[in-house]
Amino acid sequence: MLAFIIRRLLQSILVMLAVALVSFGLFRFIGDPIHNMVGQEATAAEREQLRQDLGLNDPVPLQFARFVGNALRGEFGLSYRMARPVTDVIMERLPATLELALISGIGALALGIALGVYTALRRDGWLSQFIMSASLIGVSLPIFLIGILLIYVFAVELQVLPAFGRGETVRIGWWTTGLLTESGLKSLIMPAITLGLYQLTLIMRLVRAEMLEVLRTDYIKFARARGLSDRAVHFGHALKNTLLPVITIAGLQIGSIIAFAIVTETVFQWPGVGLLFITAIQFVDIPVMAAYLVLIALIFVVINLIVDLLYFAVDPRLRVQRSGRGH
Amino acid sequence: MNTLTEKSKTDSLLARILDSDIFHSFIRSPVTVVSAIVTVVMIVAALSAPLISPHNPFDPATLNLMEGFTPPMVANEFTGNVYWFGTDAQGRDIFSAILYGSRVSLLVGFAAVGLAAVLGITLGLMSGYLGGWVDALIMRIADVQLSFPAILIALLIFGVFKGIIPPAMQDQMAIYVLILAIGLSDWVQYARTVRSSTMAEKNKEYVQAARVIGVPAPLILLRHILPNVMGPVLVIATIGLALAIILESTLSFLGVGVPPTQPSLGTLIRVGQDYLFSGEWWIVLFPGMTLLILALSVNLLGDWLRDALNPRLR
Repeated sequence: MLAFIIRRLLQSILVMLAVALVSFGLFRFIGDPIHNMVGQEATAAEREQLRQDLGLNDPVPLQFARFVGNALRGEFGLSYRMARPVTDVIMERLPATLELALISGIGALALGIALGVYTALRRDGWLSQFIMSASLIGVSLPIFLIGILLIYVFAVELQVLPAFGRGETVRIGWWTTGLLTESGLKSLIMPAITLGLYQLTLIMRLVRAEMLEVLRTDYIKFARARGLSDRAVHFGHALKNTLLPVITIAGLQIGSIIAFAIVTETVFQWPGVGLLFITAIQFVDIPVMAAYLVLIALIFVVINLIVDLLYFAVDPRLRVQRSGRGH
Repeated sequence: MNTLTEKSKTDSLLARILDSDIFHSFIRSPVTVVSAIVTVVMIVAALSAPLISPHNPFDPATLNLMEGFTPPMVANEFTGNVYWFGTDAQGRDIFSAILYGSRVSLLVGFAAVGLAAVLGITLGLMSGYLGGWVDALIMRIADVQLSFPAILIALLIFGVFKGIIPPAMQDQMAIYVLILAIGLSDWVQYARTVRSSTMAEKNKEYVQAARVIGVPAPLILLRHILPNVMGPVLVIATIGLALAIILESTLSFLGVGVPPTQPSLGTLIRVGQDYLFSGEWWIVLFPGMTLLILALSVNLLGDWLRDALNPRLR
């Protein structure tokens, strides 16, 4: 197990270095960083001086090493557009995105497992059939259309929920939360549904398929033969064994939640990092793009690592045959 | 049944198609038939947009500002004209805009899938046939890329090109950049599938025979291995088309896709969203429905194709 963890750690570091290389390449070779920092009236000598000071005349590998060193300390320079440290801007906006992703992720997981189990157990019921057909549309519905539809129904026609923004927020240390005020909670409802719906359908279909598979196995038949109650068989024996693939998918989906947060945040003008990234692309604000990229990569790598480790916690078979199948 | 097999012996192509397993499974699934018809109708309508659309929505001369915000199926109060899907702020017919918009969406979708498929198949064939460090390199790149969602990769590629291309040319280049961004974000699946089937095929006798008589490797790959690995690629490409159309509309909706002068369905939705608050729901609803129906029918086709081509399910 230790060897497995070390190998995964090395792999993660490699991925991070690759991403750092891409984002360094962005920073160094797209446009002229100097051009973006000084005004029109700077003389050629001043530009050269700045170039020298920033170390842009050094060999490229050395510059890359310095970039990685700075990134490790969380320094990505100044945003071209806002002229403020990129790290500050991102930290300011991170809580909004994380709260949104977390709430919609938890909601999707809880509801997805519940609906998946229900549709698997009552396979032929009309409600199950209806849920399954509806989920097919959910998969094909682009996420921004869901958001627009919700806005039209609940914000324009019924006027019960705010159409954009995050509502009032409360500051706790450096973290700002919208979870403690009424307007904050109200503002969260529609974005969370928009973001979570696709994940919900995905998890639901997965749990249903796995559950149907498990219910056919011999140990379930044996459990029934022992006279255990339906409840014990379904939830004590069957559900447990469907959770392994669910953990994998749910873990990987956290990544796509963060990516789709870009879309959701644009629809609802939610002040998170996704909206920041889109604006950065439109204005070619390279330092913000580079920092966002590294941040997202870090989140992805950490999640993948946790998912792999969770396998050991959930599946006793892996602990026995230790070496694992290798990924 | 007997006459059918009789017919297929005449070997006319049509008869062979009508007698194939694929056709039988197609005709037995009403959902698939409907989605195929819908898809074909939408593609034909998009292709013939200049012929069938009531007016060219991007020719300012045909627009009448008095007709702005005409609701669908209601006669305009000044001119008395009726528009099926209503008009937008400038009096542009939404129906015509949708026809022209799906043209852009479908063009980008098909081109991006084509690019992703060609790139993925080439790399997959090389990876599977050559093995060694080429295989290791290509598959590691694929692993890294696969751990990030396609939309993020596409956004990044788009951002890079925005930095490289001079601003004056950005609008006219936007559609190519979009195709490139979506295509490059989606090649991994093709490469992985083709690689694994190539690895299985390359040890079979027909390939070894070709190698023995001295057929050069590129020719073996193209003439002998490629035709045998195309089945799964077709499935991925169909589902990929739906994904590419959705990704294109998402990027255009985010404002990083095609410019408003040449709108796709996503751009129409982006523009229409602003009018939602003042009650003009039709400007966003009809392009949205078109996108949903298009994506849904292509998705259903892909689902069916996957089952039909899967020998284990027959």
